[in-house]
Amino acid sequence: MTTSTPYGPETLALHAGQSPDPTHGSRATPIHFTTSYVFPDADRAADLFNLERPGHVYSRISNPTNAVLEERIAALEEGVGAIATASGQATLHLAIATLMGAGGHIVASHSLYGGSHNLLGYTLPRFGIHTTFVDPRDADAWRAAVRPETRLFFGESLGNPGLDVLDIPTVSAIAHEHRVPLLVDATLVTPCLQRPLELGADLVMHSATKFLGGHGVAVGGVLVDGGRFDWEASALFPTLTEPYDGFHGMDFAEESPVTAFLLRARREGLRDFGACLSPMNAFQLLQGLETLPLRMRAHVDNARAVAGHLAAHPLVKKVSYPGLENHPDHALAARLLPQGCGSILSFELKGGRPAGRAFIEALRLFSHLANVGDAKSLVIHPASTTHFRMSAADLAAAGIGEGTVRLSVGLESAADLLADLDRGLYAVGRLVKE
Amino acid sequence: MDLKVLDTPARVYTGGRSFDRELPTVVLIHGAGHDHSVWNHQARHLAHHGFGVLAPDLPGHGASAGPQRASIPALGDWIAAVLDAAGVVRAALVGHSMGSLIALEATARHPDRVSALVLVGSAAPMPVAQPLLDAAAGDRAQAHAMINQWSYTPASHLGASPSPGLWLPGVNARLMAQQDEGVLSADLLACNAYTHGLEAAAAVRAPTLLIRGGRDQMTPARAGKPLHDALVNAAGGARMISLSGAGHALMAEAPDAVTDAIRGFLTNDR
Repeated sequence: MTTSTPYGPETLALHAGQSPDPTHGSRATPIHFTTSYVFPDADRAADLFNLERPGHVYSRISNPTNAVLEERIAALEEGVGAIATASGQATLHLAIATLMGAGGHIVASHSLYGGSHNLLGYTLPRFGIHTTFVDPRDADAWRAAVRPETRLFFGESLGNPGLDVLDIPTVSAIAHEHRVPLLVDATLVTPCLQRPLELGADLVMHSATKFLGGHGVAVGGVLVDGGRFDWEASALFPTLTEPYDGFHGMDFAEESPVTAFLLRARREGLRDFGACLSPMNAFQLLQGLETLPLRMRAHVDNARAVAGHLAAHPLVKKVSYPGLENHPDHALAARLLPQGCGSILSFELKGGRPAGRAFIEALRLFSHLANVGDAKSLVIHPASTTHFRMSAADLAAAGIGEGTVRLSVGLESAADLLADLDRGLYAVGRLVKE
Repeated sequence: MDLKVLDTPARVYTGGRSFDRELPTVVLIHGAGHDHSVWNHQARHLAHHGFGVLAPDLPGHGASAGPQRASIPALGDWIAAVLDAAGVVRAALVGHSMGSLIALEATARHPDRVSALVLVGSAAPMPVAQPLLDAAAGDRAQAHAMINQWSYTPASHLGASPSPGLWLPGVNARLMAQQDEGVLSADLLACNAYTHGLEAAAAVRAPTLLIRGGRDQMTPARAGKPLHDALVNAAGGARMISLSGAGHALMAEAPDAVTDAIRGFLTNDR
């Protein structure tokens, strides 16, 4: 049950975080294209810097257009607030850098977006932060991977590429047993299909580039805090519970038990690492966000039609979509994603790598590119693109077959999408026959 | 900082500066189901402008140990004990909602300890609707939803927070949810049971400021008028500032106006 607001998600997606501009009455959210903000007098300037008064000082730290986006996502997620960042990658980095430094350790699902895997597996170790990757379905593996220096659990609502459903109640309970928070990347589900904070997660991140924007024109990220994790009781997070010389000696958890994480992330992470979102991008993401609930329903409807169509086709070996009964997480999805499992699915063609290539080249509506979550349907063949350097054995270990195709099902007419897929399958049929 | 108040550990937020008892002291008292963080902006500003600030978590709230004190008079005495623990003789008391009743009662019971009184979002009596009392006792989520519904103006229900990136209704819901089971219910029962606020007001000798939200549904103007009248006629005298765009959560909805009203009153405005 929603306790913070009487309004439903469709209303919040249109209105939350914004009131019509008091100066001109602008109904749309204005784009505050400014780096900085005039202080009315010297006293007010000092007050703003010292957080005695709320407001904006410099657009790297906050901006009125970005603030609307932040508040709107926080409202939809039932969080206490949010921070917009330059990309989803910047969001993940901001979360990690706020919670730990060199010597820190993360336990993460091995079913992750490749960019997240790069950051955790290759780049952060250079800065002394290490990650143990675990099978997200194996509760004992999460538990066994915990070390004294573990500071974060991390997984995706729907994992990449097998679309495993993260059992957020179970994984968050294990995290909390070890006094650490769970961060969930909810990019593929959006708050319209799942609110991870209600299921036990402590922090939620989005690549807003995907469904939140929906139009594929703006890169951005959003980090939402549920405000529920008790940093003082955990006693593992000195960045939040000890005075910070870099910001007025503030002890963030004493300052505000509910917003401590966001305070530190904004006052240190955004300020110093600087991965802020452009207000132009915030505006574009807001335009997309207005129709998110409508779009997600249509995405799910089309994805179900596509999944059913492919599953019945003789040239398709297997379809991975948690909405289908043969998916190992089907029952979990029914519980955690009752309104639908999003619109990303993958399937395995008969005929291996050549079949994947032939299929993609025959398509007309599905765009062949490396993104998901656009209003337009997208397709990629990992074995010949994102994962082309990998052997068949390595691909199999990553859950990817040589004939695996990933779709991001868009909002076109369902009949047109099915006809396009049949065009691709016809090409595969000719190849297999040869 | 952490103090021992009547032998029990209490968290007292001091506005981001070490408490200096040589400065004029201001005590900021939060309302039902809350903690000191509702005063973040006001506390920081006063602490950096010549005041020693004590913003305690009431017993059993936030980081202060329980047990709760189940009545407004008991909490009024506890505020005097906070002054003792901090080594302070006299202080200005500022309270919000239930905290305003505590400040009022503390002023009546300990007149020599109180230099000025500021009541934010106040009414006396402060009867609590039965459905809210029932919900607080049986279904906390429902109670939190009702309080959020009545605490904010219609505009605030859609956000547009003065604090960039914070979703205030979410902050308030989480702050209430973070308190232990039973805390909100006991607070609301204490408000409901406090029926001699007008007698306490008549006895106030400290100058008093009332700050109210023009769109407050929890303590609307009509409910606050008897208290206002009693304080105007009391020895200390009283004045009222009404903030037209704010509801009951006015420290968050109109933080600067509340800060300026308190600071103005405590420095040169009375």
